[in-house]
Amino acid sequence: MEPVLSVQDLSKQFGTYTALDRVSLDIPRGSIFGLLGPNGAGKTTLIRIINQITYPDSGSIWLDGQPLGPEHIAQIGYLPEERGLYKSMKVGEQALYLAQLKGLSRADAREQLRYWFDKLDIGHWWNKKVQELSKGMAQKIQFVVTVLHRPKLLIFDEPFSGFDPINAALIKDQILELNAQGASIIFSTHRMESVEELCQHIGLIHRSRLILKGRLSAIKKEYRQGKYKVQWEPANREAGLGPLQEALEVSAATFDAEEGIWDFTLKLGDADKAAALQFLSTHGNLAAFSEWIPTAEEIFIRTVQKQEANG
Amino acid sequence: MAKLWLIIRREYLAKVRNKSFVVMTFLSPILLVGMVVLIAYLTQVNDNEKRVVAVLNQSAFFGNSFTPGTGVSFVDFKGISLEAAKDSVTGMGFYGLLHLPPAGDAEAVAREAFLYTREVPSTSVLTEVEDALEDDLRAYRLEAMGVTPGEYAQVRQGYDLQTATFRGERSHKGINEFKAIVGGGFGYLIMMFIIIYGGFVMRSVIEEKTSRIIEVIISSVKPFQLMMGKIIGTSLAGVTQFLIWILSAGLLLTVALLFMDIDPGVLMQGPGMGGALEQQLSSSALADDQTARLMLEEFVQLPMGLLLFFFLVYFVLGYLIYSSIYAAIGAAVDNETDTQQFILPVILPLMLAIYVGFFSVFSNPHGPIAVAFSIFPLTSPIVMLMRLPSGIGPTGVPYWELAASLSLLLLTFIGIVWLAAKIYRIGILMYGKKPTYKELYKWLKY
Repeated sequence: MEPVLSVQDLSKQFGTYTALDRVSLDIPRGSIFGLLGPNGAGKTTLIRIINQITYPDSGSIWLDGQPLGPEHIAQIGYLPEERGLYKSMKVGEQALYLAQLKGLSRADAREQLRYWFDKLDIGHWWNKKVQELSKGMAQKIQFVVTVLHRPKLLIFDEPFSGFDPINAALIKDQILELNAQGASIIFSTHRMESVEELCQHIGLIHRSRLILKGRLSAIKKEYRQGKYKVQWEPANREAGLGPLQEALEVSAATFDAEEGIWDFTLKLGDADKAAALQFLSTHGNLAAFSEWIPTAEEIFIRTVQKQEANG
Repeated sequence: MAKLWLIIRREYLAKVRNKSFVVMTFLSPILLVGMVVLIAYLTQVNDNEKRVVAVLNQSAFFGNSFTPGTGVSFVDFKGISLEAAKDSVTGMGFYGLLHLPPAGDAEAVAREAFLYTREVPSTSVLTEVEDALEDDLRAYRLEAMGVTPGEYAQVRQGYDLQTATFRGERSHKGINEFKAIVGGGFGYLIMMFIIIYGGFVMRSVIEEKTSRIIEVIISSVKPFQLMMGKIIGTSLAGVTQFLIWILSAGLLLTVALLFMDIDPGVLMQGPGMGGALEQQLSSSALADDQTARLMLEEFVQLPMGLLLFFFLVYFVLGYLIYSSIYAAIGAAVDNETDTQQFILPVILPLMLAIYVGFFSVFSNPHGPIAVAFSIFPLTSPIVMLMRLPSGIGPTGVPYWELAASLSLLLLTFIGIVWLAAKIYRIGILMYGKKPTYKELYKWLKY
């Protein structure tokens, strides 16, 4: 299927500083795409270019197979990391204004706002001034304004910062619901646990370059190291892990004296797996055996570190 | 276009609903009128205070000199000594004592006369007493020379040269200043407007930056649209405020002056351009019917339609140039305290224009300085308006100068707005950097 957004060979310089260096990536239609990277890597620049706030020096962007242009502004919803509202303006009036700037008619904007305000149970804020709201409350308004015009591509930059856990969960559910209704989502964050939870695809930018991209599950598979987490009660308590260590590579072993269970990591080649399982089950009681799969966070850190080491 | 309109509407409403703006709009005329009325009142009080000066005339002269004047009245002391007179003046609380000692002739009396006062005498009292003596002294001198007062009056008669342009239009010497004041009024209005509402534009940009809404907005509209919408919306609010000021100040002033029975003429005598004009007119004998008629004719003949048209053109272009600079400054900084270094170079040409206007254009509307500053685009909106009341063409501003001024202004307008938009576009997304001119220059190349 054609990707909803396709970025090709995008470069951007600020003076002598290179913010983006030949970045290419596809956002698959209907997916949630995690855009990751350390601070100052170039994520915000890429997002701003997609939003046509800044313009690239070279490269191209395609939305739905068409070169990105001003007419696409209404099809993108953007929640920036640095976000705020006019403090002295009333909530309803302000939401109407921002919605109209996105191209909705006043009547449509009002209807959509009513829907969202009811849904998030914030209808009674309509006539309040923004300065009377708490930070979390203002964030909710910003979220509503971002998604109000039903864009096909939503871009969230650190959407959960400033929310308490309950509201963060509420917003997460809204994001998943919008995704289920067909919106494609770019999700930029440092919070790896939410990447794990939400994203099917990721792209990792480091020092202006895209150094990793693809399906998260595929990347994880690639980053396996043949390590297995094992909980095992050896038949010969006295010998402990001794016989095992002679045959296999054991690390990070701990012993629960009360239960008599060893907890350790085994490193195995694919071919050795059956033999190891055989050994473990004949020479003791195998309580748990699972392959260790790297988390998004571990992948992130390892990839960045590897890149740093390579210069 | 629809988005621009939305932005203009929001900026306008945000401005006119702002509490301090509303307060300023309605309070300023009251304050202004209050001040004018107070000044007028104080002037009247000041004038109404009569000071009493005792006259101890021991001479045979100056018997009829001392008629009560505007600020001084005289009391005659007779047959007492100077010391006794001094005592009684202090005792009765009079302002002073004029002593005319006995002497052989008026000149000697005048030479030896003294005015005693508690402190150093006020200039107005001194002048009045001096005038009283001087008139009589002159009469004595004339008599000594054998000249009658009638002959003297004839000698004293002034002379006004008649002037006309080559095309035969009669003119009057006060008229250059008079015309410049009309134009100067327009120019001053432009300067005030730029400084007040340019500042509003700047603060509004800073507010958008500090409240962090800017990125949300410019993901929907082009920064240029936002900047122009802001400038236009703010200036419409400014025009609204100005209209309210002018209407209400006029109304209040009329009402106040009617109620308090103050002669508006009192105000015209104050210092400033109005006073200068007044002097011009009175010294050249406004009483002369013909001159007065000429003045009136000139006023009616002032190219009002033309003035108004060019006022609008210069106003719009000049204001757009300056307010986009203000917008760029607002975008470049994080808070208002950082704006100082950038504001001064903006205000400088405005001040220069006003001073050059008042000191050079008034006396010589078509001199080289006036011509140069009315063509230089950063000062032309003010200076050209001071020159334009003398008309366009052979008797006024030459066509080529007007054309040069306008086209340079237009080019500058395009150039400055383009540059300002570039700085604005980059600046609004820059946080936490204290910008320098060097930095701004770099932004231009992004």
